Order: sequence, then C-alpha cells, then structure tokens
Amino acid sequence: MPKLKIEDLQKISDQVKRTTLLREGASRARVNVHMGTCGISAGARKIVDAVLKIIEERDVKDVLLTTSGCAGLCSREPMATIELAGEAPVKYVDLTEEKIRKIFTDHVLGGKIVAEYALALGSEREHM
Amino acid sequence: MVCAGTGCVANNSWGIKKGLEEELRKKGLENEVQVVATGCNGFCAEGPLMVVQPGNIFYRRLTEKEIPHLVEEHFLKGRPVQKFMYTPPTEKAPIPTMDHIPFFRDQMLIALRNRGLIDPTRIDEAIGRGAYSALAKALTTLKPEEVIRIIKASGLRGRGGGGFPTGVKWETCRDAHGDPKYIVCNADEGDPGAFMDRSIIESDPHSVIEGMLIGAFAIGSQSGYIYIRQEYPLARERLIIALGQAREYGLLGNNIFDTGFNFDIKITRGAGAFVCGESTALMASIEGRVGEPRAKYIHTVEHGLWNLPTCLNNVETWATVPVIILRGVEWFTSIGTGDVTDNPWGGSKGTKVFSLTGKVNNTGLVEVPMGITLRKIIFDIGGGIPGGKKFKSVQTGGPSGGFLPTDLLDLQVDFEQLTEAGSMMGSGGMVVMNEDDCMVDMAKYFLAFTQDESCGKCTPCREGTYQMLQILKRITEGLGTEEDIETLEQLSQFVMDTSLCALGGSAPNPVLTSLRYFRQEYEAHIRQKKCPAHACRQLNLYMINPDMCATKGHGCGVCMRQCPEKAITGEKGKAHVVDQVACKKCGVCYDVCKFDAVQVS
Repeated sequence: MPKLKIEDLQKISDQVKRTTLLREGASRARVNVHMGTCGISAGARKIVDAVLKIIEERDVKDVLLTTSGCAGLCSREPMATIELAGEAPVKYVDLTEEKIRKIFTDHVLGGKIVAEYALALGSEREHM
Repeated sequence: MVCAGTGCVANNSWGIKKGLEEELRKKGLENEVQVVATGCNGFCAEGPLMVVQPGNIFYRRLTEKEIPHLVEEHFLKGRPVQKFMYTPPTEKAPIPTMDHIPFFRDQMLIALRNRGLIDPTRIDEAIGRGAYSALAKALTTLKPEEVIRIIKASGLRGRGGGGFPTGVKWETCRDAHGDPKYIVCNADEGDPGAFMDRSIIESDPHSVIEGMLIGAFAIGSQSGYIYIRQEYPLARERLIIALGQAREYGLLGNNIFDTGFNFDIKITRGAGAFVCGESTALMASIEGRVGEPRAKYIHTVEHGLWNLPTCLNNVETWATVPVIILRGVEWFTSIGTGDVTDNPWGGSKGTKVFSLTGKVNNTGLVEVPMGITLRKIIFDIGGGIPGGKKFKSVQTGGPSGGFLPTDLLDLQVDFEQLTEAGSMMGSGGMVVMNEDDCMVDMAKYFLAFTQDESCGKCTPCREGTYQMLQILKRITEGLGTEEDIETLEQLSQFVMDTSLCALGGSAPNPVLTSLRYFRQEYEAHIRQKKCPAHACRQLNLYMINPDMCATKGHGCGVCMRQCPEKAITGEKGKAHVVDQVACKKCGVCYDVCKFDAVQVS
C-alpha cells in the first residue's frame, strides 16, 4: 500500500462515506453489532453469527453487516444499531439470537421498528 | 406544505412557515425546497401540521424552535424526523430518540467521539471520521512550539489522575537536554472498576496513535511506547492491527506525509502489577527492570526512559489532543470549569470519561463536561439506584480516591473540588454504593487491593498498609476497640507522608474519607458490634421468622440442608429454627431462602 499524502485523507474519507452510506443502488440497510469487551462477553459474537445465518438463508444482498466498538451503555449489551436508508438509526439492546432474528425480519427486511426491543432512535450528538 | 387553516394559524403556523423559510435560506436550500401555505388539512387536533413531498411525510404538533433541527435532519441530511411524525393510536407510542434518553443526551463526546460508529480494525473508517487530519494540520501549518502553545492554552490536564497541565509537561520535555526523546502512553489502567482506557483503545485506537504523533512532533521525539496491561488482550490485539495499518499507510515510520517527520510506536505488555501504572515504575518496566517507583524530585520529562527526556501521558489525554488541534483553544476552554488564562491549574477544561459502575441502573462509559454534578451523573445519566434502594456513597478515583456521601451529591466534578472533598478525580472510575454496602467493608476492600499491590520498597507503605488492613479486618469481625480509629488515622497520615510514590501516598484515602463522612458506621462496628448495612456477616444475627417459614415456605428445609454447621433444625411442614450458638454467621440460609423467611438483623 502506498504511503499516504495529505490529500489522500479526504479521498479515503469520501470513499468510505460512499460505500457505507445507505442509499438507492448501494446498501439499503446496515446492521452494526457493538463488539467491545462488554459486548463480546455478553454474547455479541452469537448475534453476529445469527445475522450472518439469516442473510445466507434469505439470500439478502443489500444489507451491510458491520461491527464497531463499545457504544457506552455496557449494562444493556449485546447491542446493535440498525440503520435503514433515509431513516434515523435505531439502537436495540439486551439482544438474544431470537430477538435479532425478529428484528432482522421485521425491521431490516420489513421496514417496521420492533418497539419492544428498541432503546432509542438517532445518533449521539456530534461534537466533532 | 404548511397548513394555514385557522386552527393551525392560531397555533403559530405562520411563525413556523417564516422560521422554515429562514432556516432553509440559512442552509442555502431556498432553491431546492419550496414552502407553500395550504388550506386546512383536516387533522386539526394534531396541528400545526406540515406535509413534505416527495415521500408524503406528515409532520404534526410542530413548534418554531424545532424547525432548525427539522431542516437540518430532513432537508439537509435527507433523514425525516420520526419524532415529529404522526403515529396512529393503535400502534405503540413512538420510540424515544437518543436525545430523549438522559444517558445519551447529557453526555458530550470528545475522547469517545467515534464510539459505536467505526470498525476499529479498519483504518479507513477512522479516517472517514477525521482521524489523522489533525496530524496533517499540525505537520503542515504549525511549528512544534505552536502546537505546545495551543495545548497549554487549552488547559488540558492529565486524564490519568494526576491532572498535571499537559502543555506544561510537553514544554518542559521539549526544553530538556537529551537525545533521543521518548513519548509514552500509559495504558496500564489498574484501578478496579475503571475501563475507560480499555474502551478507547478497543473502539478507536487511532485517536491515541494520532495524539502521540502530534505530541512527538511537538516535543521532538521519534520513538514512542504504549505500555498496555496484560489483562487487556482485545485492546492489545486491536492496537496491533491499528499500528500495522497506520504503518502501511505511512502514518507511522519515516517521512510521514512527506514532511521529514519520523515516528514509530512499540508496544510493551504489563505483567499484572498495579504499581506499574505509576510513571517511574512503568518506565522501569519498559527498560526491563523491576517495576518499582523512584523519587520524583527529578522529573521524568528530564530523565525518564534510559535517563532521557520522556513525556508520559494517559490514553484519554492522547485521544483528546487531536480534537483540540482541530477545533481550537476557544472551543475547548468553553467547556468545563475555572479560568486557565494565567494559571494552568486554574480550571478543569474539556470533558472526562467516567466508568460508571456499582449499584446504578445504567452501568457504562460516560463522558461529561467538567463541572457537571455527581447527582446528574448518577441519577440522570446513570438512571439512579436500582431496586428502589437508597444511594449511600460514590467512590471516585479508584483505590486512591475517596467516598463521597449524599450531602456532596451536588459537588461539581472537577480536579480541585473533588480533591478538596477528600477524594480525587483519578483515572475516572466511579463506583456507586447503596444502603446495603458497608463503608468499613468498602474501605477494607480498597486497602486490601493497595496492600496487595504495594511493591514493598518503602517500609511505611508495605508495613503500614498491612497493619491498617488488619485493624479493618478486626473491626468488621466485631473485634475492634476504641483506640483503633485513632490508630487508623495516625497510620494513615504516616503512610501518606512517608511513602515514595502515589500508591502509598493515596492508599489511606478510602479509610480517611470513610472516617470523615461515615464515622458512625465505624463506631457501630466497634461499640455495638453491629454492621448497619448488614454486609459484615460476622456481626449479623440470622433468625427464621416462624410465621413466614410455616405459612409461606411450609418448612421446606432448604436452609437446613445448606447450613454448613448443621445449626438449623425443624420438621418438614413446620417452622425451622437457627441454633444461635452453633451459627457461624455465614449467611447461606439467608441467601438460599426463597420465601424471605430468614431475617437478618
């Protein structure tokens, strides 16, 4: 990989936004499972596996599965943030394999938020 | 389409229309979004109303002050705002938004700015969120002295517990004689219950790497070390990946960004010693020597690693540096307490990350502006005490800190105020205790920790903490005497005054603060041989309530079978009894009884 020049920072930033931004023609939805030590010890890996399984079963092609670090509310792990194109992200907490299957079917594929498993809508306020 | 029927007009829909037009103009969208006043929409009960096409988005109950947010979210970012939309009454009420949830709303993320948003094993995502742009700015537009001036003026103080003004430290290191100079990141994080640094490295390692790069540029160093504790394997793994990816991109190594600046970082693993979080012991450990502190009248910024100028800072401090470079002094100093224009110790600027744990509903990581009250952190952000129990005390600063009582809940969290109250900021551990926690027992817990971790070099620390621990143990077993409190106070002062390093210097703090604010608990243990919280089991009386046992439990006999001393007798179906002479107060009967028939007093 070539050494970066300063201009490359902006190029990479734009490219990342292009591939991870949800819109028509690209990915329609993103499932982001939080995997800090808190999440992993609460079982986040099983949640990721459950999502991978359902993606394979239903042959889903336009949904991104990503992982990130701890989201801060360690006591409610495993947590996942579901984002549909054009809508605010939704944080789901206290997940199990059954819950994430229902969330995937109802929310990601069906477009309807599963209110009883959701904690909140939106992102943390940006201070950057 | 803003409804301008009478009902909505009476509720200020003209004001909303005006506000909308203004806000769209501000954001440069006046040619893309047409605002039209329409006649009555019909759904007057939910007015003021607005419909947006395309998409047929139906907003209701709008107010003028929400318009800027709506314009920003829907028209600028393309994200319709769920919370203003209509939900038919048969469906459940809308899910609250993040900014309705105190845990998230009251936090201010600087060190944790990327939390939950990026995959830490993919450097591109960090760059997408701005990583390394502060480095680029520093390398190309600032001189090293200017970077130091910025950090000094920002009032940034060490986030590892010392609270030393970072800019002053960098300046002294830059001016020190010796070559090469070293940059060190203290990722040893030994305080029980503290996990801020672990989370920063696990979730956003590039924030730390970038901070160290900027520091190295400012000081004139080419070589850095991250000392990370052995007990953080995931953090270390992600750090190794991050360092590798940064090297591949030429962000570490030689001639970074073609500016001639060289810098690289090595990782050193800890080996389970709390004392190696102390800067001189840490450096000894990196050098391969035994992790023991030395006297610090010679500062490590002048003689540190291999006797050369070394600048050591905590993970959170490094993670905050890039943001200050990007957003500037005025912004950073607008957050926090005090005034640092003439005196770097004059205030506590910026935010602090706390790991909120213990008897609190929302355990997790909390980043808040300095100056916020303990009450807001524990009861708003933390969601209060679970199970309807009463708050008793909060411990800040780990084993070096102290216990603060209910009276001090409105204390503003900053370096000076916490120290004045007898505690300290420390690295950010915050443990909440309720009415079931015994303060003597808690002091014993922290002292046992520091006693175990003492390196043993200084007799007062090694022997003093041991003797203090023995006294505390006797008190919790009901064998305390009147002289014990005075002895504890004398020993505490002695250990604090004569220990070489801050481990011994602060180990007595939990004892001193618990004596200062909870003396009555010590007295109850000593004089009445009672533990008010019932946590010191040796002092408890376990009795079976015969009515509860007979009518609710039907003499199930579980406690009898579990009792290790065979001190419980009874027939099946009838109330059981504890033989108080044989009872050794282990409390197992209390733990196993499903009917609350065993009562403790």
